[in-house]
Amino acid sequence: MPDISRDEVAHLADLARIDLSEAEIDHLAPQLAVILDSVASIREVAADHVPPTSHALPLTNVFREDVVRPGLTVEEALSGAPVEPEQQRFSVPRILGEEA
Amino acid sequence: MTTERTLSFTEALERFDPTLGLEVHVELNTASKMFCGCSTVFGAEPNTQVCPVCLGLPGAMPVLNAKAVESAVRIGLALNCDIASWCRFARKNYFYPDMPKNFQTSQYDEPICFDGWMDVTVPDAEGQSVRVEIERAHMEEDTGKSLHVGGATGRIHGADHSLVDYNRAGIPLIEIVTRPVTGTRESAPVVARAYVAQLRDLLLGLGVSDVRMEQGSLRCDVNLSLSPAGSGLLGTRTETKNVNSLRSVERAVRYEIGRQAAVLDGGGSVVQETRHWHEDTGITTSGREKSDAEDYRYFPEPDLVPIAPDADWVESLRARLPEPPRERRARLQEDWGFSDLEMRDTVGAGALELVEGTIAAGAAPSAARKWWLSELARRANEQGLELGDLPVTPADVARVQALVDEGRVNDKLARQVLDGVLAGEGTPDEVVERRGLAVVSDEGALSEAVDRAIAANPDVADKIREGKVAAAGALIGAVMKQMRGQADAGRVRELVLEKLT
Ligand SMILES: [Zn+2]
Repeated sequence: MPDISRDEVAHLADLARIDLSEAEIDHLAPQLAVILDSVASIREVAADHVPPTSHALPLTNVFREDVVRPGLTVEEALSGAPVEPEQQRFSVPRILGEEA
Repeated sequence: MTTERTLSFTEALERFDPTLGLEVHVELNTASKMFCGCSTVFGAEPNTQVCPVCLGLPGAMPVLNAKAVESAVRIGLALNCDIASWCRFARKNYFYPDMPKNFQTSQYDEPICFDGWMDVTVPDAEGQSVRVEIERAHMEEDTGKSLHVGGATGRIHGADHSLVDYNRAGIPLIEIVTRPVTGTRESAPVVARAYVAQLRDLLLGLGVSDVRMEQGSLRCDVNLSLSPAGSGLLGTRTETKNVNSLRSVERAVRYEIGRQAAVLDGGGSVVQETRHWHEDTGITTSGREKSDAEDYRYFPEPDLVPIAPDADWVESLRARLPEPPRERRARLQEDWGFSDLEMRDTVGAGALELVEGTIAAGAAPSAARKWWLSELARRANEQGLELGDLPVTPADVARVQALVDEGRVNDKLARQVLDGVLAGEGTPDEVVERRGLAVVSDEGALSEAVDRAIAANPDVADKIREGKVAAAGALIGAVMKQMRGQADAGRVRELVLEKLT
């Protein structure tokens, strides 16, 4: 029975840069626990003879040649930016407590 | 920013043993990005080399660049690594604006190359070498570039917001990680530097990257820890990020040894953290505390299928690897009969290939070295050029030396021939022809000039007749002056002595 503590939820929120109030943590922790429970039920059907896999198809070595292809124009690239671009760049909030 | 106390290097080593670890990120020189067809050309206008894949737009699917896989395998083979017969990419989850997908596609517990080594020649240590073990070399992608605005210095402190250019996002990177390197003691800083330098040369020889540290195509993180001298323990390490010149690698190791020694000496303990290197002041400062691997919540990348390099293909790549730079140098030094110092100077001047080409074109090794390291190095230096950028080829230099050997020009004229070649006047032979630089080989004219010199300097002539052969220099000088330098001084000397003894 997986369980997720308030501390773990707070830590995950921190990693995901989501600002959660105490009340929200209390609200979300049990919901996340339900999701974990549901996923964990898969373990009950995965027997020892079924190897873990990350892909449904038994494919390997799918490559492309190293050839340049046109991408988006600057206008297209920046068109979905939530904040008005500056100097042809995406504008984002500064990140506190870290340096790139 | 506070400056921390440091112990002197000598004091630090009296009490502690340093352990090094190096993580080098190298940008591959593929034409297109790792998972999309966007161009990788350096210096393009912001956000002009982007597409839905490298911008992380919903629904975009990555497809792996075959050339990047080949380069990764070749790097692994050159580093004596095992090549995984099957491996996958993984998502490294973190939230930072330079990574638009909110994860970096990397490799985690299944690197494509692992368990290798490189023998690093330590400079100034009598041909001593240190075996640096390579833990892994894995494939990943580069991030975008942030510009912090609103602050005074372009750094994040005081910045209102950041501006991001994603041209670099998705450029193929290989991360090469060493195992801890112990036992280097006072050589730790130079070993770190020599490792990065040798790795750079190796990558250059493989032709897989531009390896230009100043452009960020080769970047280095330095891990360092101290343990009490002789204890054989491993201390807590720090990871100093973005140490991006060879000189800085050496300085950063030296600084961290002194800083950590002062912390430990004062009864404190070293914090496991990321540190920032400051090129201007030569110090490191505390960054964030290092995230645990589990905080990245790695999981296998579902959008890319596993890579299973065919064993025959790997062997064919191995068979076609170039000779490693270190072995190549040793072989050339032996072939050319250079001393250690001569070889080091040749390599240091960036003249190895040029000297090699000049010798291949027929010049004696010592002559080839002399031209490139003295005459041409001086001219390159005057013009602020790299030796290899001078408009003269190894074949030209070999031809100039051949003209000297054939007695058609003397050293002084040979330098004028080079002047002509550098000025774009043509091949050495054309310059000799056009500038009329050949030495006078007309025996009659030379003989007359010698006679005139003897007549004009009777005292000197008498001394030579009395057996003072050393006095001949004055007459040779007089003849050379008459001939405006265009005579073979050796032949003039013979003529003077023939006539007077
Ligand atoms: Zn792209």
